[in-house]
Amino acid sequence: MWLLPQGALLVRGAGGYDGGMNLDFSEDEISRYSRHILLREVGGVGQAQLREARVLLVGAGGLGSPLLMYLAAAGVGTIGLVDDDVVDLSNLQRQIAHTTGSLGTPKVESAIERAHAINPLVRIAPHRTRLGVENILEVFAEYDIVCDGTDNFPTRFLISDACVLAKKTLVSAAVLRFDGQLSTFKPHAGEGCPCYRCLYPAPPPDGLVPTCSEAGVLGAVTGVMGTLQATEVLKEILGIGESMSGRVLVWDALSARFRTIKLRPDPACIACGPNATLKDLSGHGDTAGPACAI
Amino acid sequence: MNDAGMGMITVNGEARPLDGPMTVAGLLAAIGLDGRKVAVERNEAIVPRSEYAATRLEPGDSLEIVHFIGGG
Repeated sequence: MWLLPQGALLVRGAGGYDGGMNLDFSEDEISRYSRHILLREVGGVGQAQLREARVLLVGAGGLGSPLLMYLAAAGVGTIGLVDDDVVDLSNLQRQIAHTTGSLGTPKVESAIERAHAINPLVRIAPHRTRLGVENILEVFAEYDIVCDGTDNFPTRFLISDACVLAKKTLVSAAVLRFDGQLSTFKPHAGEGCPCYRCLYPAPPPDGLVPTCSEAGVLGAVTGVMGTLQATEVLKEILGIGESMSGRVLVWDALSARFRTIKLRPDPACIACGPNATLKDLSGHGDTAGPACAI
Repeated sequence: MNDAGMGMITVNGEARPLDGPMTVAGLLAAIGLDGRKVAVERNEAIVPRSEYAATRLEPGDSLEIVHFIGGG
């Protein structure tokens, strides 16, 4: 292991830092995160920012598995994981946080056990529940960034609207068959920053768009998109690079083509537009529809 | 420009004649797509759904249909 003296790391990462954050790292932390700390864009300060970050993952499935494992490995200090489902055999083709040995156990338990096996230094809070109008804002209050890895449209719109109302940054990914989409939504960050409804104003009518359990999904596609989602979360925490806010990444795995499309706020958006009518979550009904094995 | 003088557009990578004034909404209707399950990319930017009916296509436009997906 290539170890640098602690002081050197902190001094190097401290450019422009104005104090207030705990920059003390144990020898184990320095060793564990050394490849991050070596990055000029991360450094000691960035690693401390990751340790102080609070990120909520909704869905411990195909997207949530790599997302959780990479965020935990990266040292994101507080992670919440929402899922009310148990591990099913049909999950294991893509939901790599779970194992054959964890069949039948709650997904939050199975995934957290796997993530803690990678990094026991991070706190991971299980939320074995289904988000609904009655609990979503309370759960969101403990976190700064929310990641959508769910597999049903009612929950996706509930999460988006709750993020707009609570001013939480939403890093959202979706998959189906061989396709993936990704964007970051933070309309609270200023003009030019759209929300999910600026891309898709309303859920599609029932039956018009299939779920993964109906249409299938290539397992590795969820791995790529969940890993891209983890990358964008880390960028948002660190404030580095170009945010995906205002852009949508679209990936067609069959043609092996990525495209990045501009997305501007929809002036008619009911959630974040100038004449927004969304003031609370009362328009959302019961989201506890059938759980798709994400 | 083709013989009709109206020019061509590209939809999902395929050239298509623009035979007369046409909006994004009109294009979706012409190709039989329900606008509630897609997003439309025109010249590398998403067209807000609220502007489909008012967005007139121009010769040379490149359009891609982005399918609404929500799997996890």
